[in-house]
Amino acid sequence: MTAYLKLDHIDKSFARGGQVSEVLKDIRLTIDKGEFVSIIGHSGCGKSTLLNLIAGLTKVTAGAVLLENKEVDSPGPERAVVFQNHSLLPWLTVYENINLAVSKVFGRTRSRAERHDWIMRNLDLVQMAHARDKRPAEISGGMKQRVGIARALAMEPKILLLDEPFGALDALTRAHLQDAVMDIHSRLGSTTIMITHDVDEAVLLSDRIVMMTNGPAATIGEVLAVPLARPRRRVELSSDRTFLRCREAVLKFLYERHRFVEAAE
Amino acid sequence: MSIQAIEDPKVKAFPTPAKPAEVIAFTAKVRRRFEPGAIAGKVASTLVPPAVVIVVMLVIWQIACSSPNASLPSPSQVWNEAYDLIAHPFFDYGPQDIGLAWRVLISLQRVAIGFGLAAIVGVALGALVGQSIWAMRGLDPVFQILRTVPPLAWLPLSLAAFRDSSPSAIFVIFITSIWPVIINTAVGVRNIPEDYRNVSRILRLNQLEFFVKIMVPAAAPYIFTGLRIGIGLSWLAIVAAEMLTGGVGIGFFIWDAWNSSRLPDIIVALAYIGVTGFCLDRLVAAVGAFVTRGTTAK
Repeated sequence: MTAYLKLDHIDKSFARGGQVSEVLKDIRLTIDKGEFVSIIGHSGCGKSTLLNLIAGLTKVTAGAVLLENKEVDSPGPERAVVFQNHSLLPWLTVYENINLAVSKVFGRTRSRAERHDWIMRNLDLVQMAHARDKRPAEISGGMKQRVGIARALAMEPKILLLDEPFGALDALTRAHLQDAVMDIHSRLGSTTIMITHDVDEAVLLSDRIVMMTNGPAATIGEVLAVPLARPRRRVELSSDRTFLRCREAVLKFLYERHRFVEAAE
Repeated sequence: MSIQAIEDPKVKAFPTPAKPAEVIAFTAKVRRRFEPGAIAGKVASTLVPPAVVIVVMLVIWQIACSSPNASLPSPSQVWNEAYDLIAHPFFDYGPQDIGLAWRVLISLQRVAIGFGLAAIVGVALGALVGQSIWAMRGLDPVFQILRTVPPLAWLPLSLAAFRDSSPSAIFVIFITSIWPVIINTAVGVRNIPEDYRNVSRILRLNQLEFFVKIMVPAAAPYIFTGLRIGIGLSWLAIVAAEMLTGGVGIGFFIWDAWNSSRLPDIIVALAYIGVTGFCLDRLVAAVGAFVTRGTTAK
């Protein structure tokens, strides 16, 4: 089976005033269709940069991002991003925010009624249909993130990119949203890449966990498969031996072998 | 005038009643309760203080100007001698003898054309300057110099260029009011969050879609600040320009009244100009509050 998404020897460096800082070096990764992959690492290791490279929001210095064997170097709706701070447009309602995406992506191929049904389907999927006429300022942080997920899903992306989607939420809301994402993933089978710094979250949601070494010139240190059957339930897993073993492996990687050194220059 | 008006707490109070209700449900319910007494009290508290100030000012003015050799007319004298102008704003006795409301409307028409053009061109240029670093480097110094030129300094040039008084007056309004629109729009566009740009890139919005759907709404609060300063400046400029170009506007009426020593008429005209300028400012502010609702909070 050929890889759905392939990160082929990617280097990324930023040049600022004659000084070149190498952020990512020799990133090699293949992801299969329908897989849920988490990327975990200490802050500053360039994991958000990696996501932006896959999204096409920043360009690679060397190497290539291949989606279905085609190189991608600019952003597009087939690689939808859910941003950490939701990035909903505050002057539009929940419905209009998703409509902006849907009418741009499906404006030519679907009728107005079909587009409306599609928007409502996606709002239902994240249980936000009741707030369709509210503006982002009128709903809670967790709800905004749900709408952000709905907007991304409504683009019918080949790959869903989640950039620390729950980082700004409290623990309970975060658990709810993790369940929602698991549920959506099991229903749609969407290929998903999630950036996170939460070990439990990574183990709970992922099929594989990609662990990054510390920057500068960060690279993939280790890839851990999570052989847990789905559907997964957080309460049962909290004492599951496989879950704990995976969790320990990630913790060991992060805190023993690649301990975060403050101001490592 | 316009700068003071922006600091005015009443302006800020205008869009608030809708907002707290949405954020904190509990206070909203308390505030939404309908109490006739409270509303009457609120109306009184906004209307009574300015009324008292105006009465006191009129009394001082009356005392100061009531001696027989006073150089300016007193309020009672204005009332008696300019009663026709005050009581009948819409009379029409021929081409040069019309009520003050007509004159204000003619001036407003010129402002509408000049300011309308300034708004369109100003937002477009501001968007360019805000979006492109090279456009900013090239144009910003030019704008900064040109915007300090006083409105009337443009008048001789524009008279020479257009060879007619009416388009010259309109050009003066245009060139006066465009700078704050350009500068504020540029600042607004430069402050558009990177996330909104990323959203538009992922959706592959083209330039026009980005301008209409992201840039203008995101920069709207800044744009309306610019428009508000601009309309104030253009109202200042039209009165001055009409004094020199003639015609039937309110500015020329003042000059004409001065030449025929009708001081009470000038005072009435000043009141008209002040009230109209105030209304224009509030109009743009109200449109801005309506258009930008929901954009200030994240």
